[in-house]
Amino acid sequence: MFEGWDAVVLARAQFAFTMSFHIIFPAFSIGLASYLAVLEALWLWTGREVFINLFNYWLKIFAVAFGMGVVSGIVMSYQFGTNWSVFSDKAGPVIGPLMAYEVLTAFFLEAGFLGVMLFGLERVGPRLHFLATLMVAIGTLISAFWILSANSWMQTPAGHALNADGQFIAVDWFKVIFNPSFPYRLVHMVLAAYLTTALVVGAVGAFHLLRDPHLAGPRVMFSMAMWMATVVAPIQIFAGDQHGLNTLEHQPVKIMAMEGHFQSHKDGAPLILFGWPDQAAGKVKYAIEVPKLGSLILKHSLDAPMAGLDTVPRENWPPVAITFWSFRIMVGMGLLMVGLGLFSLWARWRGTLYHSRPLLMFALLMAPSGFIAVLAGWITTETGRQPFTVYGLLRTVDSASPLAAPAVASSLIAFIIVYFAVFGAGTIYILRLMAAPPHHGEQGPRGDAPAHAAGITPASGVVAQGTAR
Amino acid sequence: MSIDFTIVWAFIIAFAVFVYVVMDGFDLGLGMLFPLFPQKADRDVIMNSVAPVWDGNETWLVLGGGGLMAAFPLAYAVLMPALYTPMIAMLLGLVFRGVAFEFRWRTQSERNLWDIAFYGGSLLATLAQGVALGAILQGVHVEGRNYAGGWWDWLTPFSVLTGLALVVGYSLLGATWLVMKTEGELRDRAYVLSWWLLFAMLGAIGAVSAATPFLHIEYTQRWFSWPGIVLTAPVPVAVAAVTVLLLRSLARKRDYQPFFLTLTLFALSYAGLGISMWPYIVPQSITIWQAASPENSQVFMLFGVAVMIPLILGYTGWAYYVFRGKVKAGSGYH
Ligand code: HDD
Ligand code: HEM
Ligand code: HEM
Repeated sequence: MFEGWDAVVLARAQFAFTMSFHIIFPAFSIGLASYLAVLEALWLWTGREVFINLFNYWLKIFAVAFGMGVVSGIVMSYQFGTNWSVFSDKAGPVIGPLMAYEVLTAFFLEAGFLGVMLFGLERVGPRLHFLATLMVAIGTLISAFWILSANSWMQTPAGHALNADGQFIAVDWFKVIFNPSFPYRLVHMVLAAYLTTALVVGAVGAFHLLRDPHLAGPRVMFSMAMWMATVVAPIQIFAGDQHGLNTLEHQPVKIMAMEGHFQSHKDGAPLILFGWPDQAAGKVKYAIEVPKLGSLILKHSLDAPMAGLDTVPRENWPPVAITFWSFRIMVGMGLLMVGLGLFSLWARWRGTLYHSRPLLMFALLMAPSGFIAVLAGWITTETGRQPFTVYGLLRTVDSASPLAAPAVASSLIAFIIVYFAVFGAGTIYILRLMAAPPHHGEQGPRGDAPAHAAGITPASGVVAQGTAR
Repeated sequence: MSIDFTIVWAFIIAFAVFVYVVMDGFDLGLGMLFPLFPQKADRDVIMNSVAPVWDGNETWLVLGGGGLMAAFPLAYAVLMPALYTPMIAMLLGLVFRGVAFEFRWRTQSERNLWDIAFYGGSLLATLAQGVALGAILQGVHVEGRNYAGGWWDWLTPFSVLTGLALVVGYSLLGATWLVMKTEGELRDRAYVLSWWLLFAMLGAIGAVSAATPFLHIEYTQRWFSWPGIVLTAPVPVAVAAVTVLLLRSLARKRDYQPFFLTLTLFALSYAGLGISMWPYIVPQSITIWQAASPENSQVFMLFGVAVMIPLILGYTGWAYYVFRGKVKAGSGYH
């Protein structure tokens, strides 16, 4: 399947593949954990049944998604050693402690309280149970904090020195953790997770409202989700813009690739909207561009000079076409999200929020947009950093493990088969759970499981639908 | 006198790995016993006895791996490529058994499939861990700061032996866990299984102990010559004593004792392992000091460990306490 690929390329493909699968689950579970905490708080506060029904409904979905996040994450933490051993040796003293802190402060917190959150409501009572939910939600955010700090340090290394063995060592831990791109990346990613979840919740609500606009649960979740999209999507665009300016300062070459700027422009660079970047020829073919707008956006002046890739040695160029296009996909998704938010605001004002078919259809179609944007964003970030793993300091080719290509090819094939089978099945189970609307007396993850032989299990919608469970 | 943080970290990593072995050991053991309990009702009880805690148990593996990368990056960088195949196999096994916890409740038609995933995943992960242990003990080929051996070096009769030994050991942990957590007919069958598995485990300990000294002359010297013998001689004696207690608790049907005595057996075997390896982290080629991170990385993490580990043990204990007692058939956890 992968004849002729060298071990480093295979290792990159494997990392990109397993990472792309992994990030799908955190993007959803970070947002969903917070959403569950909000739902439970609303239930405790108002005592309205609809909130506990929604809570139990989404809790079942959360349990499946979280499980997949955990197992795909454990793969990631060992891949540094198996596939990037030289990187681990060299950067381990700096990056390892950040990941160790992630385990100590986040993973244990999530895992320790997860059992109580999923199965413990009747054992510990509502208040302690809420505490457990809150701890899981906080755990996911702490996890994002540390892992993004680690990743950002690789993008914009700071606070380090080299020792005699060629290892990076920390000189100033504060500078390592709060490296220049970290605050931007953290904000952008957490907002991305919230948006991703909101769009899924909104789509599930829309799906059920399209069939019956009077359902209480779907109304509540649709309205909550649309508020999130309305408020957070514009903030995300602003955060993304700030992130871009930060990148221009610290990783200008990445911006050149994102913008397709092969040539330098002395007086004002254009904004290339679309086109086909041709890496070998060093130019963007079929470019549709707006003169000077590039300089305006990035330098806030029409005539500001902008350097292009022609000022950078070719061996330091990232793959331009991927970076260019994934960036546009992300931005496109962001603009669509803002569109959805505005549309919902208008429908709300007109009083047709739960009835407008075009709005409900739009929201339904946007279900995967968050995942697409998250993947596209990470591909921009990671591909634009190439050919380095530690930006400017350690090359990707010098980071890989001394492995034979067949070893990596076999493991890559195994990952591809197993991930598609296992996570494909999980996705189907989640979609099945989503296909039934939340109902009166909704039970938690084991409440409606067959283990419950007491005979009080309410007929859930999944059974009514005739699907297996 | 200044503290040698490298030694402190060696003990922390050893502690994390040990906690992982005992905690995930009984989860994985339960998975491997699954085929012996074909009844759906029994399987539900078995699953439910660990469903609330398995994720926390597995997190110790992440701490072991992450901690190794942070505190002994060179060892992590050498061992992981050396153990490439067993590691990937373990990860894939853990994927299957981990998702089975949720998936099997979400489908009727494919439940059997996920039961097989649970069983097969547990077996694969355990075998891989045991093989990895054997491969580490027998030593790996290092040149400079890199692994320099081949793709299949890990596979030897010795590593297969340690793989099988771990399968037996985890199964015993699983069986005694069932004795503790279940009642009625299910518990009685777990008692019978525990007997058989205990004898198998003693055989495995004996076989691995007999084979280890022949791997490297250093191991032999460590175990049989003066002054090492002062440290090593008590280990077999203690193993014998714990075995007697275990047999007695099984005979007298003290539900809570066999599990903890089995843990003690694991602890003793683990101590024996430590005695063999010390002070190497990659046997016979890299010592803990050669592999260690710079002191400022070690100290930085030590703050986190000192504050967080007691907290973690606290709330993990609480979670176990919430789900204490026997699991009743048909009641699930809710
Ligand atoms: C922005 C967020 C984010 C990013 C970029 C990553 N992760 Fe992740 N990870 C999470 C957010 C997260 C999470 C929200 O905390 C998860 C997702 C679902 C879950 O169970 O926890 C998680 C789970 C998770 C687990 C399982 C934890 C457990 O046992 O409970 C491990 C070992 C990792 N991750 C490791 C990694 C590594 C090595 C990454 C990079 C290469 C990585 N994650 C990227
Ligand atoms: C969370 C979402 C992430 C995604 C989707 C992602 C995606 C990718 C992709 C696509 C590559 C390959 C780039 C190429 O070879 O062209 C890559 C490389 C890499 N990433 Fe990430 N990444 C993510 C997060 C992280 C994090 C958090 C870290 C570290 C803490 C990390 C560390 C690495 C390393 C070490 C490589 C090296 C391999 C390489 O350069 O190809 N990544 N990632
Ligand atoms: C529409 C306006 C947006 C702009 C201008 C924007 C800008 C950026 C930039 C410049 C980067 C690369 C940063 C770097 O590596 O140096 C980035 C990365 C990323 N974007 Fe966006 N973005 C936008 C929308 C979105 C949306 C809607 C999402 C998801 C819902 C998203 C998710 C991500 C993610 C996950 C990353 C990778 C992590 C990171 O580097 O922060 N972005 N974005």
